[in-house]
Amino acid sequence: MRSHLGPITFLILLIIYPWVVSDSYYQHLMILVLMWVAIGSGWNLIAGFTGQVSFGDAAFFGTGAYASALLAHKLGVSAWWGLAIGGFVAVIIAYPFGWICFRLRGAYFALATLALNEVMRHIATIWESLTEGMVGILVMQTFVSKVPYYYIALVIAVMSLVTVELVINSRWGYYFVSIREDQDTAESIGIDTHYYKMTSLSLAAFLTGLAGSLYTNYMGFIDPSIVFSLHDISIMAILVGIVGGVGTVYGPAVGAFIMVAVSEIFRTGGFGFLENLTRATSSPLVATITKYVKEAHVFSFGILVILVILFMPNGVVGDWKVLVQKFRSRRSRAPEG
Amino acid sequence: MAFFETHDMVKHFGGLTAVNHVSFQVEQGQIYGLIGPNGSGKTTIFNLINGYFPLNGGEIRFEGSRISGLKTHQICRKGIARTFQVVKPLKRMTVLDNVIASAFLRCSTKAEARALAENTIEFCGMTGEADKLAKSLPIAWRKRLEIARALATKPSLLLLDETAAGLNPSESEQAIQLIKRIRDSGITIIIVEHIMKVIMTISDRILAINHGTVLTEGTPEEVASHPEVIAAYLGEDYRA
Amino acid sequence: MEVFLQTLVAGLLKGGLYALIGIGMALIMGVMGIINLAHGQLMMVAMYVTYCLFHYLGVDPYLALFGSMPTLFLIGMAIQRFLLNPLMRVESILPENQVLMTVGIAMVLTELARFIFTSNYLSIKTSFSTKAFYLGGLSFSAALCVAFLFSAALTVLLFWFLIKTDVGRSIRAVAQDSEAAQLMGIDAERIKVITMGIGSALVAAAGTLLLPIYYLFPDIGGPFTRKAFVITILGGLGSAVGAIFGGITLGLAEAFGATYIGMDYEDMIGLIIFILVLLFLPGGFKRLTKV
Repeated sequence: MRSHLGPITFLILLIIYPWVVSDSYYQHLMILVLMWVAIGSGWNLIAGFTGQVSFGDAAFFGTGAYASALLAHKLGVSAWWGLAIGGFVAVIIAYPFGWICFRLRGAYFALATLALNEVMRHIATIWESLTEGMVGILVMQTFVSKVPYYYIALVIAVMSLVTVELVINSRWGYYFVSIREDQDTAESIGIDTHYYKMTSLSLAAFLTGLAGSLYTNYMGFIDPSIVFSLHDISIMAILVGIVGGVGTVYGPAVGAFIMVAVSEIFRTGGFGFLENLTRATSSPLVATITKYVKEAHVFSFGILVILVILFMPNGVVGDWKVLVQKFRSRRSRAPEG
Repeated sequence: MAFFETHDMVKHFGGLTAVNHVSFQVEQGQIYGLIGPNGSGKTTIFNLINGYFPLNGGEIRFEGSRISGLKTHQICRKGIARTFQVVKPLKRMTVLDNVIASAFLRCSTKAEARALAENTIEFCGMTGEADKLAKSLPIAWRKRLEIARALATKPSLLLLDETAAGLNPSESEQAIQLIKRIRDSGITIIIVEHIMKVIMTISDRILAINHGTVLTEGTPEEVASHPEVIAAYLGEDYRA
Repeated sequence: MEVFLQTLVAGLLKGGLYALIGIGMALIMGVMGIINLAHGQLMMVAMYVTYCLFHYLGVDPYLALFGSMPTLFLIGMAIQRFLLNPLMRVESILPENQVLMTVGIAMVLTELARFIFTSNYLSIKTSFSTKAFYLGGLSFSAALCVAFLFSAALTVLLFWFLIKTDVGRSIRAVAQDSEAAQLMGIDAERIKVITMGIGSALVAAAGTLLLPIYYLFPDIGGPFTRKAFVITILGGLGSAVGAIFGGITLGLAEAFGATYIGMDYEDMIGLIIFILVLLFLPGGFKRLTKV
């Protein structure tokens, strides 16, 4: 129980967050973070724990998103039903997805998932009679305030983390990690590797699809380039997982927080700090820097990927001890005895 | 009908015939040895039994039913477990976790799996290493872990592949003792070895192969005095 | 019938160019085992280099080959030396770090290009660009023909290099068995750096040759990376010869797809071929030639 004290404290903080922070912009950011916790946890299950590094999770996100959107748009049913079925529809997609991709291993699996992601995006764009193509789908938003969305997102995020925690301590978890470590060995100790890879993928698809449905309901508008986006969803999911810590329960939570923060800091120039600085100093240099920083957020993602992979490939949570040691050794200048 | 039997196994790799009409039978409770020079096809035979490679001809039967054609994990479920010549530990897991992963085949809860794993580890004399990461183990312990992992699936037939290779004489001796303990607990064993001392001491019967073909089959004494076997091993120190 | 032949010619010519892209990637894949998801972006950089040489210095694009190829050669070497080789020594849970690293590099290159050149579409017009000549009732785009000839020449040069020179043989050795090669005294890390340089230079050539008949903007890298790995998978991973067939196949498929199905589907065709090959012919064309 003691090891859970930290997360429980955070949970309490998160629960009271909207009461303390009433600025809807910051509430929006936290909703994004919570959404990414779910997506990152899903990716972590299939990639971090089972070792099948997917580059195509947007396929599930988009499926969940469109499930919700189409229910509202075509059937006139509330998009909230999408939350209930979005996850399941994504699982249905996971089956052919896995069937095609799991015959491959390693980087070729990764490429296949990437290709499928793109195929789905193309299909969604071209099949206009179903999805309205690039015009996109508008959904009526149920709530004006962000707070209800926040709590729903919080429930989904917590559910994701709890699911991962339960899974990795169970037979499924042991089987997933065995597959990751050595698929041949796993087979020879009786693990039906295909079945368990599919199980892991289904779980990931469910969580990611759920997040997609939430997105539709919350943002009110989706189109294929947003919800099936390779860079904004699939690769972001990988970054969330890697930066936070692959193969750990709370890694995606840390990663989600960092990635959303980094993204927003660049997009807004330090939450408006740089703009204020420009105004305060009236310096054209600062103004230029501000402009470039704001446009550089994709660039900064790229640099972040490079740095994290070079120096911290196991993420913040994974390399925590290493980070702490480096920090300590820099502080204390005492010579070795 | 024997406990375990192969009929006319054939396996090709491209133009090479690795296993050429190999047939043998193993009785329950035996330790059955498989010897041959490097490259003679011993490990390939295991890979065929285990379901890693599909047979090109012939069949394999276990406890009366046909197992050739089944998938590896199904074969394991039926009660055949194996170790690998080049050991494959689940590196980033502890010894205990490695064995728990195996134990889950027959256990449904984690508590049960843990108990079975702990018992198996004790049986193999590894209790002191239980919490160590598999990748930190030296070769002798890794080989033992292979065995422990195979045992946790509660097999009735165990395939041991080069268990003694790379071990020093005292480690070899311990390995031999462990194998005897396993046989005494009721598990039938097929063992591949090319260290003579080990295999001659413990096997009830031996199959000698070379270039994928059977040279001869019989008791250790019969096989050791067979002229073709001696020829194949000319230069190898029989008394290791 | 005429349409068919026309499409065939266009496909073949374009395929020759694609082959160049594919060979570079196949080489990298074969020697380093890396799937270089920044391959298209390297081509993009080469195209910008060519554009600048043309626009600011008036250098003819075909001469610009002597500028873009060495530049990308150096960039490729730097990437391998500083960003990819170090990864071999890093201990991490997921082995796909190299692929991810190339994704990061791709993002950085794309954004740098956008930063310097903005997202505007650029193009260069040479005397060749719109010229065509006629043979037997079919029109051949002059620029594509020249590109095809250069590609062929470079390919022959490359194979000569790989077969006849010491460095070339070392590269093939490392591709077959890196450890064995090292045991025989080959500095595998240095070879990898050189290979990445060569692979980059080849795709740079493709970019330079393509620029007169295409247009340029920062995001052009993505689709070409995708084409590159479709070609390599088609040809059989790591096989330079296979990449030639892969490139021509893709060129033909795209040409026929564009003519008979529709322009929108060009990208999809590549992706679908990719998936089909992964499913049914995992060894690519190379597999077909083995017993």
